[in-house]
Formats: sequence, C-alpha cells, structure tokens
Amino acid sequence: MKGMSLIVKTITNIMIGFIFLYGVYIILHGHLTPGGGFAGGVIVAGVFVLRYLAFGGSKAGEKKSSITASVFESVGALLFVIIALLGLLIAGVFFFNFLPKGTPLYLLSAGIIPFCNIAIGIKVGAGLFSIFLALAAFKYIMED
Amino acid sequence: MSIIPLYFAIPLITAFAIPLLGKISKTLVWIVATVVSFVLFILALYGIALTQETSMIVYRMGNWPPPLGIVMAFDSFSAFMVLVISIIVFSGCFFSLRYIGHFTGQWKFYTLYMLITAGMMGIAITGDLFNMFVFLEIAAISSYCLVAFGVDAEELEASFKYMVMGEIGGLTFLLAIALLYAKTSTLNLADISNTISSIGMTPFFWTILGMLLFAFSIKAALVPFHTWLPDAHPAAPAPVSSLLSGIFIKVLGIYTTARIVFNIFGLNRANAPVFFNILIGIGLLSIAWAGLSALNQKDYKRLLGYSTVSQIGYIMVGFGIGNYYGVAGAIFYILAHALGKGLLFLTSGSVVHRTGTRDLDKLAGLGEAMSTTAWSYRFGALSLIGLPPLVGFFAKLFIVLGAIKAGLLWLAIIAIGLSVLTLSYLLKIENSVFMKKGKMADIKKAPFSMRIAMVFLVILVLLTGLGFQTLMDFLIGPAANALLRGVEYAQLVFGSFSLNF
Repeated sequence: MKGMSLIVKTITNIMIGFIFLYGVYIILHGHLTPGGGFAGGVIVAGVFVLRYLAFGGSKAGEKKSSITASVFESVGALLFVIIALLGLLIAGVFFFNFLPKGTPLYLLSAGIIPFCNIAIGIKVGAGLFSIFLALAAFKYIMED
Repeated sequence: MSIIPLYFAIPLITAFAIPLLGKISKTLVWIVATVVSFVLFILALYGIALTQETSMIVYRMGNWPPPLGIVMAFDSFSAFMVLVISIIVFSGCFFSLRYIGHFTGQWKFYTLYMLITAGMMGIAITGDLFNMFVFLEIAAISSYCLVAFGVDAEELEASFKYMVMGEIGGLTFLLAIALLYAKTSTLNLADISNTISSIGMTPFFWTILGMLLFAFSIKAALVPFHTWLPDAHPAAPAPVSSLLSGIFIKVLGIYTTARIVFNIFGLNRANAPVFFNILIGIGLLSIAWAGLSALNQKDYKRLLGYSTVSQIGYIMVGFGIGNYYGVAGAIFYILAHALGKGLLFLTSGSVVHRTGTRDLDKLAGLGEAMSTTAWSYRFGALSLIGLPPLVGFFAKLFIVLGAIKAGLLWLAIIAIGLSVLTLSYLLKIENSVFMKKGKMADIKKAPFSMRIAMVFLVILVLLTGLGFQTLMDFLIGPAANALLRGVEYAQLVFGSFSLNF
C-alpha cells in the first residue's frame, strides 16, 4: 500500500480541512492576534506536507506540484512588492499605509497590513512546500 | 514621487516576475533582465545628479520619522556605489545571453541575479543597521546559490565552503547588531552615531567594532579570511564571477566597513591612529600574500580570484590612510577594480565558452583567434597594473599621494613596489593564453553579445581614465567628502530636507 496505514490516512482526511482553516485564520488575524503571514503560511504548508506524507507521492505528481508551488511563491512575493509600490504610486511613499485604518481590533482594520499578511502567507506556504518537495525529490535526482 | 526606493524595488519585482515570465519564453526573460539593468543604470545617473544639489537625501519608508521607522540615507557615496553596481550588473546581464546556455534552468539564473542586485542596492542606500543585515543576507544567499549554479562537485564544494565562511561573517554581524542594540536601544545608523558620540568610544564599542571588522573582512575576503574566494569566484558562471569580484565583495565588505567606521563610529586618523594602522596592515598583508599566491596558479579564473584579494588590499590601504586623497583613492580604486576585474572575468568567460578549459597550460594562441577578447584582457590588465591613462593609474596615484601627504613615505614606496606582483601575475595569463604560439583546434571568435559586453567595459575603462578630473569633481570627491564628514552624517539624516510629504 502506498503511503502510510489506513488509520493515518483516515485521520489525515478528517483533520486536513481544519488545519488549513486554522492556517488561514492565523494569516487573516495577523494584525490582531499573535502569528501572521509567516506562522499561518507554515501551517498551510504543513497541510500539504501532511497530505504528501500520509498518501505518498509520485515523480510526476511531485513535478507538477513543484511547478504550482513555484508559481504561487512568485505570485505571493509579487503581491507584497506591488502593495508596497502602490503606496509609492498613490501616496508617494514606499510602503505607505494608504488604505483607511478602520477601528482597532476589528478584522477589517490596519489598512494594508492584512493584505501584506496574505501575500506573505501565500509566499511562505508555497515556499516551504517547495523546500519539502526539493528534499523529497532528492532521491530521484540520486537515482538518475 | 521619489526614486530612492526604486533602486531595490525594481530588481525585486523583476526577480519575482521572472519565474512567471520564464514559463512563456526564455529570451523574454533575458530581454526583461537587460532592460531592467539598463533602467537601473539610468536611475543611478539620475541619482548622481540628485546628490549634486543636496548632500543627503533621506527617504522615510512608510513615512515614519527616522528613529522610529526605517530610513534610506542616500548621499554621494551611496550614489557612487549604486552607479558602479548598475554598470557591472548591466554588462554581466548582457554577457549572460549566450554564456548561460551551458546550464539548465536558465531563468532561475536571472531571478538570483536580480535578487543579488536588489541586495547590493539595498546595502548601498539603507540608513538602518538591521535593514543592512537583511539586504546583506539577501545578496549573500543568492550568491551562494549562484556559485553552485553548475551543480558539479567542484561548484558544490566551493559553494559550501563559501556558505560556511560567509555565514560565520553574517552571524557575527548579527551578534554585533544585537549587542549594539542592547547598548544604544536603536537600530538607526544616525541614531547609533549620536549615542556613540555622547557616550564616547568605550571598550564595549571597540569590541563591537572589532566584531564588525571581522565580519566584513570575511565578506571582503581580506587575508587571513580570504580562503573561500579563490574557490567560490572561479566556480561561479563567468558573468557572476565578474559581478562577485567586481562589486559584490566591495559592497558587502568595503562599503559597510567604510560607512560604519567613518560615519557611525566617527573615527578618523586623528582620534584612532592605531585602528587605521591596523587597516593599513590588513591591506598590505592582503596585497602581498594573495599576490604571491596568484603567481603560483595554473587556472585562469583562480588566478584572477587571488588577484581580487590582492587588489582589495589596496582599497583597504586607501581607507587606512584616512586623509582626503587616501579615501578618494580608495573610492576611485573601487571603480577601477570593478571595471578592470569585471572585464577580466568576462574575458575568462568567453575563453571558457569557446575552449571549454581554464587550464593555463592547455590554453594557447588565442591572441589571434579571439582578438577582441585578447585586447579586452590587455586593457583590463593594464588598467589594474596602473598604466596611464587608464583608470587604474589614477586610482593608485591618489592612494600613493594620500600616503605621502600623511607622511607615510614607506607606505607609498611599498604600495608602488607591490604593483610588480600585479604586473607579473597578470602577464602570466597574457603570456600563456594570448601570446604563446600554439594551436587549439578551430577556435571561433566570442559571440557577439559577449563582445559587446566586453567592449562596453573597455570603453568605460578608457573614458573614466581620460576624464578622471571630471570624475573627481562630480563623483569621487563628493563621495570622499561624504565619508570624511564623519558624525555630521547623523545631523544630516535627522535635519535634512526630506522629499516626503
């Protein structure tokens, strides 16, 4: 049987959605509670790593996921720089917090910071997963 | 809208866009990277024009005032570094078109190349110590990857060695930042400078300065911390060797040292003669030791690697002399060596591209087969040796002049005498690669794009040499004054006209 035992697979199937949701929660509440883009991104990457470990992977699948991961990584980083550049274009200052700040302690507040957190979350999630894939693909490289 | 943040924002955004563009077309990636590096060159020229009017431009990131937020402090010395970075990045980028065809994953090369550019630009313009560390690590980590880009055993070994040494330097820098922060409660360079001026140079600060000098000596590959360089720089692809030797080690090692010693700790030859003598000592040791080692090399690029260590010694001697002419000479030398050594590594690239070997015993008779490469090599080498009217001569002249003005006649004589070493090891390549009669089977001229990149640098070597007086007035002189005004830097950062609103 590919991957781990049936028990692990079943529990992974149940938990995977909750873990992902928790990661997204950490990212979105980055400006309110401890954590943020990086911590949430690590949790989101953990979901994919867990899935990979429990169900096993194939060479073709790994190649496909690594391409997707690299696209998401670039998009995350680009988003972050674009948010910073928007500050330069709109208000004339790099990294300027040009959005309305809102009421403190509400989800929709703090201007651009939640968006920065989302960009970091995408970048870190995809980046950590591609590091994991690179380590996993090492055995194929050695075989070739 | 100010252009200061664009210096690192443009390369960063290009670096992250390249993996997406690489899925469309590989040539498109090269075009984008080259156009971007040319835009950076134009922006750098504009930056020089800006610093002619105001001596210091302070840019507040996110509009936070200096001690609270991160500021970018752009003065003449920063403008000078940005210009040199953009020249070498542009020529290397142009050169890469054909050279990088040897490797797989070509667009990844340009991502790393742009990241290294962003890191160096950031170091040159930042006014915040921790920000400097972050940019330093961006540049350093990209350079570890670029050294290992060929993924052969030789490259991986060199990269690993480089990474271990480089990170010892980087982490020492981080520890020094932590200690400095504990003492001064600030990370802003100008604010640190103010605190040090009010407390005075206690033994604690001297210890930190020692740690910083250790960290930057590793990054600048000064003897005795140079051992990674003769492995790492030859192992990298030629345009990257040109970038690493030409400007990378100067930004990470020399610029940071000069900025922190002169502007932050406020040292000069009058109040810290022992420290400046140590700088001269390290410099002389590097010149002699690495120059003698270079004489012994049998590998084209490895010889140039040792030569870099040796030439960095001259820059350190210039800063160690510490008067106007010495510092101006050192800054001039940064330019001269960037152009000269960048050019020499590009010629090594085109030789390797056509012959497939770097072994000086196997190479022969390329002087006629690859005449553009041979003449580019000659111009670069003559400039480094110090033949008038090329740029290297004036750089050396000012250092020697500074030594004489400071009453260090023995230093001037030794510095001139050690040029013989430069002459002899550079003649070794000329002799065995270009002059020696011999036949290598059907060698063609270097590809057109490579020749363009080399000729671009040859023209700059000539022009900067011929127009040295203009350069002194508008570029080198203001940069030297920016360093020599010492702790006045802090007042300028806090009190200067700000472009923000």
